[in-house]
Amino acid sequence: MTKLSVNHTLDKLTAAAKARILVLDGAMGTMIQQYKLEESDYRGEAFAEWHCDLKGNNDLLAITQPKIIYDIHCGYLEAGADILETNTFNATTIAMADYDMEAQSRDINLAAAKLARQAADEFTAKTPDKPRFVAGVLGPTNRTASISPDVNDPGKRNVTFDELVEAYAESTEALIEGGADLIMLETIFDTLNAKAAAYAVDLVFEKLGFKLPVMVSGTITDASGRTLSGQTSEAFYYSMRHVAPFSFGLNCALGPDLLRQYVEEVSVVSECLVSAHPNAGLPNEFGEYDLEGPEMAAHIKEWAESGLVNIVGGCCGSTPDHIRDISNAVASIAPRKVPSFEPKMRLSGLEPFVH
Amino acid sequence: MSAEFSNFINIGERTNVTGSARFKRLILEGDYETALDVARQQVENGAQIIDINMDEAMLDSKQAMITFLNLIASEPDISRVPIMIDSSKWEVIEAGLKCVQGKAIVNSISLKEGKEIFLNQARLIKRFGAATVVMAFDETGQADTQARKVEICQRSYKLLTEEVGFPPEDIIFDPNIFAVATGIEEHDNYAVDFIEATREIRKTCPYSHISGGLSNISFSFRGNNPVREAMHSVFLFHAIRAGMDMAIVNAGQLEVYDEIPKELRDAVEDVILNRHSDATENLLEIAPNYQGGGKAAAKEDLSWREQPVNKRLEHGLVKGITDYIVEDTEEARLQAEKPLHVIEGPLMDGMNVVGDLFGEGKMFLPQVVKSARVMKKAVAHLQPFIEAEKSGDTKSNGKILLATVKGDVHDIGKNIVGVVLQCNNFEVIDLGVMVPAATILQVAKDENVDMIGLSGLITPSLDEMVHVAKEMERQGFDLPLLIGGATTSKAHTAVKIEQNYHAPVVYVPNASRAVGVCQRLLNKASRDVYAKELSAEYDKVREQHARKKPRSKPITLEEARANSFKPDFSTLPTVPNTLGVQAVSVPLSVLRDYIDWTPFFLTWSLAGKYPRILNDEVVGEQAQSLFEDANAMLDKVIEDASLQAKGVFGLFPANRVDDDLEIYESEAREKVVGIAHHLRQQTLKQGFANYCLADFVAEKSSGISDYVGAFAVTGGIGEDDLADSFTNAGDDYNGIMVKAVADRLAEAFAEYLHEQVRKIHWGYAQNEAFSNDDLIREKYQGIRPAPGYAACPEHTEKQLIWDLLDAEAHTGMKLTESYAMWPGASVSGWYFSHPQSRYFAVAKIQSDQVESYAQRKGWTLEEAERWLGPNLSD
Repeated sequence: MTKLSVNHTLDKLTAAAKARILVLDGAMGTMIQQYKLEESDYRGEAFAEWHCDLKGNNDLLAITQPKIIYDIHCGYLEAGADILETNTFNATTIAMADYDMEAQSRDINLAAAKLARQAADEFTAKTPDKPRFVAGVLGPTNRTASISPDVNDPGKRNVTFDELVEAYAESTEALIEGGADLIMLETIFDTLNAKAAAYAVDLVFEKLGFKLPVMVSGTITDASGRTLSGQTSEAFYYSMRHVAPFSFGLNCALGPDLLRQYVEEVSVVSECLVSAHPNAGLPNEFGEYDLEGPEMAAHIKEWAESGLVNIVGGCCGSTPDHIRDISNAVASIAPRKVPSFEPKMRLSGLEPFVH
Repeated sequence: MSAEFSNFINIGERTNVTGSARFKRLILEGDYETALDVARQQVENGAQIIDINMDEAMLDSKQAMITFLNLIASEPDISRVPIMIDSSKWEVIEAGLKCVQGKAIVNSISLKEGKEIFLNQARLIKRFGAATVVMAFDETGQADTQARKVEICQRSYKLLTEEVGFPPEDIIFDPNIFAVATGIEEHDNYAVDFIEATREIRKTCPYSHISGGLSNISFSFRGNNPVREAMHSVFLFHAIRAGMDMAIVNAGQLEVYDEIPKELRDAVEDVILNRHSDATENLLEIAPNYQGGGKAAAKEDLSWREQPVNKRLEHGLVKGITDYIVEDTEEARLQAEKPLHVIEGPLMDGMNVVGDLFGEGKMFLPQVVKSARVMKKAVAHLQPFIEAEKSGDTKSNGKILLATVKGDVHDIGKNIVGVVLQCNNFEVIDLGVMVPAATILQVAKDENVDMIGLSGLITPSLDEMVHVAKEMERQGFDLPLLIGGATTSKAHTAVKIEQNYHAPVVYVPNASRAVGVCQRLLNKASRDVYAKELSAEYDKVREQHARKKPRSKPITLEEARANSFKPDFSTLPTVPNTLGVQAVSVPLSVLRDYIDWTPFFLTWSLAGKYPRILNDEVVGEQAQSLFEDANAMLDKVIEDASLQAKGVFGLFPANRVDDDLEIYESEAREKVVGIAHHLRQQTLKQGFANYCLADFVAEKSSGISDYVGAFAVTGGIGEDDLADSFTNAGDDYNGIMVKAVADRLAEAFAEYLHEQVRKIHWGYAQNEAFSNDDLIREKYQGIRPAPGYAACPEHTEKQLIWDLLDAEAHTGMKLTESYAMWPGASVSGWYFSHPQSRYFAVAKIQSDQVESYAQRKGWTLEEAERWLGPNLSD
């Protein structure tokens, strides 16, 4: 990848975002579940002898079952997605530690990015007027830099900023090498983790000599309207604003009905594109998501009509069917206009403070 | 608050170890729980941002910042507001930035160390997503004038916005708030410089902000909070109009501009806006009227001013108020037939009241000393009139010569006695310190004094006092002799001094006894009765002393050595990080926190443990006031550097040979650079060793590499000059205060340096973290015994310390012929690191050890007996 090609991609992306509401893909995990893979499927040939269980290591499938991941990507592209998310939600060294696979982190990120790249390129070739993009996903990891893992020791941390930076930098480099057009920090429940990710991404950009657009998407965990680490959506935005994100938004945790008010909050304050990819409702007693495509699309259509969003998609429970419905629903609706505000110092604690 | 305050951000300042003594104590003690309460209260009191600063020499500032920020993250009622990460150390700032999820402010960066560092730090701050305070500081220094402030801020702005792409709205300039009304003319315009610079910066650097540390402005009125608050409020009133939009303030303590009493507000405004050259003088004049009871003090009770002049003089004397004394004395003089009558009449009456109250325990020593200051001022006013009338001498109660004996430099107690006596209308001739016997006796004759008082602190001074007594006898004196000072005692006076001199010899245990003793001695009739009483008392003391058997059985030196202490050397001694000699100078502001205050109050005859003494039912009020005065003195000496602390220490390879320590030039342990001689306990011990300091160091024959340290520190460079400047101006109170404070600083220095040595230079306790209280209680590993004290009572060993450290060259500290250290506020000693090392008292030793010691020191037996006198069995 070169600076020139990055600029070219960004131009296309910006033009597309100006012209219409862009569509993200849907859930990866939900789709993988449908294949009902067993331990040996996860291990594949490469890791047949691995010393611990690998079932559930979805990100590893980019290496052991590349065809499945590729097929899922294609399913979403066929359904109308403009932006694919790489299958790397848990691919950092920190999250891979669960499977003793820190050393495989780079390869997984690289392989996952290449699969998405391949699928996107094939579809771009088929429909050149609708170019497809790849967002390299940096997940939240399973550790928190600003929350103690031990209620009796509130000052304790199970991961440091520096450890996160190291892990995220490694993933970012591999994602870019594998062909990501954007970097997406998603499902952020601890802003400090996300700040470390952004810091790492900036370091990598500096090293490479070019920048990719960065998407930032946080998670409001419950009806308190705050992230798990306690910030309101506006405070969260001010914490991440220095990244100059390509888009800022929310995903996961809630269905579209409950998420709407927070999407609106984000839409009011964000000086960039706004993204939203909610879950297909809340999980039922079997852990399944019940919200069907048309209903989910109806909610999102209303957001679009209200001028709240620029990029939409689905998170847990959503399938290519959902994405097809969403894509159709917003196709003819103008994207949200990006506002600009007077420069002010926008600080935050858990709450915003503007001066 | 009025409207213009509404767009103004106050930043909480209490979670700052450099600004809040309480917060610092909490952090040093590791009481983060309560420290969080401080943060919480600030937010509750309206702080919109909280400033957190952990810059403290005793702290691992970085770790403290991390710990505190992590804890705050778990407290939603605190962490709801943005954090200002305040440190002069970049690594602390960076560590802080890695702990906050919100968008924080860095406080601060500047061009102080050049453009490159500034730009790099700014880029990092941008990467972390924080705003930043930029100090008006560049390669050539801190900006003081309007032009410099503007120039540096504009340059910083240009660099940040153009070279870093730093968002201008995230830049907060701190154009430096400096103290005004300092009495230095160049400072008069500082507030105006700030305000005008603010106006220009806001105009030329769009979207940037202006902040500052408000409390600096009123620095010269420390101790007078109402005036300080008024200054803050007036300053803000004008600075906010000029564009200042943030400040670090104590949100709970801002006087409302309109509610400042007009007189005060006008005076403060004149100072802030530098409206005329007398502004400072005027404010100083009215400031005391507002001191004390906060805002209500403006209407201070001045009803005593309506009383007749004699009562007013008495009030002034009793309360120690100098403000009106000249005016009242003048009024009394005009009414009196002769100026002398004012002294003999109302002033002496007033002092008698003081004396009575003091005698009844209703006044305390520090107050009496303050009364003396008032008296001196009154007398000084009358002196020219008295001389004009040539009316001869005033009639004093009596004339007393005071001196600290040859070889000794300690004089705080003697000075206090002098002041107390003067308060009671005694004429005092104070010959100062290190006064030879011949001088004392010559002056006594020439001045025809009524009695002589001798003072001394170190043990060799006892012998010098005996010498003076013998000389008085030989020269046919008949004057009473008073004996005082820390090592003197009734027993010593009875056994060693009294039989050598036929006239009354009186041991005076403390200053408050001095007046009674002197009065009884001056009256011929009472003197004889008193002399008989004393003589009988001393006989009794001598008898008791003679009857007194050693509490435990003496043993031979050989037996004692066989029962030496054998420390565990299974863990080898820590090799010091740096061997050799190092000079150290430490700012008094650092030492201040290491002060052990309890002995300070004892100096002033107030007994009780600090800090409880401040709330003591009986002496609490006095202790409080004394404590405030001491802190004001500390502020002063820190500000104008009139006192300085210097020290030196050395760490050396050393091994034990019997009761001595061989100290080696280098780790090769070939060349011996000195031998430290120690004494061993020589009485029968049951279940304990016969300790000797040498025991704590590994024996030479063991082959273990061990070490010993030596140090000499003073807090009193400049103390004599400074004390004299007060005393000569008639202010004995502060004259004594200087020395009392210097003494504390020296002890604090010893404590500080010992800690540095343990943690860094020797490094055997790198991870210790004790509060000042723990330090005072000596909870740490290792000891620092001082020659002349219980564990190594022989004073000449200080010479070895001086030689090893080249102490005089490094610090200016000297040893007298009696091995007292000059300046008086000095401490020296040895460092032992072994975990089992402990303090003990050598106590009485036997003749075999005296012989051994003499031989080891190369002394005659007579010399040894002289220097070991206090430890010899009678």
